[in-house]
Amino acid sequence: MLLIRCPYCEEERPEVEFSFAHQAHKPRPEAAGETLDDHNWARWVYYQKNIKGVAHERWNHAAGCRKFFNAARDTVSSEILGTYKSGETPPVPESRVEGEELSFDYEHGEAGA
Amino acid sequence: MTAQPAKKQRFNALALFRNALSYHQNWEQQWRSPEPLDAYDVIIVGGGGHGLATAYYLAKEHGITNIAVLEKGWIGGGNTGRNTTIVRSNYLWDESAAMYEHAMKLWEGLTQELNYNVMFSQRGVLNLAHNLTDVRDTQRRVNANRLNGIDSIYLDAAGVKKVVPGIDLRGGGRYPVLGASYQPRGGTARHDAVAWGYARKCDEMGVHIIQNCKVTGFDIEGGVVKGVQTTKGRIGAKKVGLVPAGHSSVLASMAGFRLPVESHPLQALVSEPIKPTIHNVVMSNAVHAYISQSDKGELVIGAGVDQYISYGQRGSQHLAEETLIAICELFPQYKRMKMLRQWGGIVDVCPDASPILTSTPVGNMYLNCGWGTGGFKATPGSGHAFAAHIAKGEPTELTAPFALSRFETGFLIDEHGAAAVAH
Repeated sequence: MLLIRCPYCEEERPEVEFSFAHQAHKPRPEAAGETLDDHNWARWVYYQKNIKGVAHERWNHAAGCRKFFNAARDTVSSEILGTYKSGETPPVPESRVEGEELSFDYEHGEAGA
Repeated sequence: MTAQPAKKQRFNALALFRNALSYHQNWEQQWRSPEPLDAYDVIIVGGGGHGLATAYYLAKEHGITNIAVLEKGWIGGGNTGRNTTIVRSNYLWDESAAMYEHAMKLWEGLTQELNYNVMFSQRGVLNLAHNLTDVRDTQRRVNANRLNGIDSIYLDAAGVKKVVPGIDLRGGGRYPVLGASYQPRGGTARHDAVAWGYARKCDEMGVHIIQNCKVTGFDIEGGVVKGVQTTKGRIGAKKVGLVPAGHSSVLASMAGFRLPVESHPLQALVSEPIKPTIHNVVMSNAVHAYISQSDKGELVIGAGVDQYISYGQRGSQHLAEETLIAICELFPQYKRMKMLRQWGGIVDVCPDASPILTSTPVGNMYLNCGWGTGGFKATPGSGHAFAAHIAKGEPTELTAPFALSRFETGFLIDEHGAAAVAH
């Protein structure tokens, strides 16, 4: 079980108090309603970076203060490199394990896009 | 090592007797380990059950034998060797029922077809219902199964007790058993033998199985794949089929496109071996526990998935603990048993808990992934359907509903209920 420090409660608590809430820093598309096409809507709703390496992810302290916060976590070792409040700057940048870096710009450079 | 493919000796009682005389020292090599050629008609990336099955059906059904299967470790060493070996086809929606029942029909003749004992044992699979919602959902699924020609039966509590005498219907008060879906044709198979059996037949037909060969990139010209970069150098290919298990988004990233999957650890554990005590497979969707007994006598127990993304092939202790608590409540006689081994595998889960079998934004590149927590049961069907997709270069009746485009059109195939592991 992971031990996660909630930046709001300022306390390290067991993982069962928390809910994983997927990718952090995922902006809602600026276009809305009729102007937003299915392709970009699907990208926002269903697609995740799913990084092998250091990822920024959202967690919810569901059985505690119920606030959402962010964590920088290594998805191979599960080591948590830091947790931070929504809106704050991540303590470490995202990175992918060596040899498996992205070959394209994640937001704009997708093949066939 | 790179001898020409040759007809394999048949496995039968006589061969067993003959080899016993030489202390089993002279069994022929099951598959070659060739160095890769400069180019192939088709390259399959991923030498698990699904990848090998794809290569096998490409060779057998579509006459394409100039194939290489690239595996970064050893064949069947990923999720093929890490699952709990359960086979069933009682899925809710027509699209998945068609796929899994297609697999079930192939399972039923697989040992004979491959001349390799995959120990397919149709011992019956039960999915328990613990509350009224479960009962209604289960009955709905059973009815849907029957409309699709799948042998699904709804059992009430007394019926469950009759089929599984060892179960405590009170579930310790915490997990009362009100009923179950029952598929008599479901069961288990020996997972390693599935990979080995397909590998042996592939090799016989001339397919190159290249192990310890990791793909590091793709040669894409004008939006069409021309070859694969590997740790054994560049290999040209007319078509590339990606059949990863737990690294599909990493592989897709190399090819320049994104996937709607998340990678989570799923774990399983086995107990010390005991005399036969349970002769079927009992699964409980609500409490993330499923149990069967292997021919060696070990109880094979599957637990849930960790909630967070992980590429580390191990699960959390507390998930195994929760599963064992539920198992002990349902089967109190197992309370004093010891668990011998525990392990995890990485499963790529789609938002709708259904797989992706699709053409990709890259020309001549095809993708079969996202089987989540239940890919093993589909191995022959997945390989068969994906081989047809690759050979034709376009979706078939079976694969079309599983296209990547369903996340844009909204035609999701929501199998969270039938997938048996909550995620």
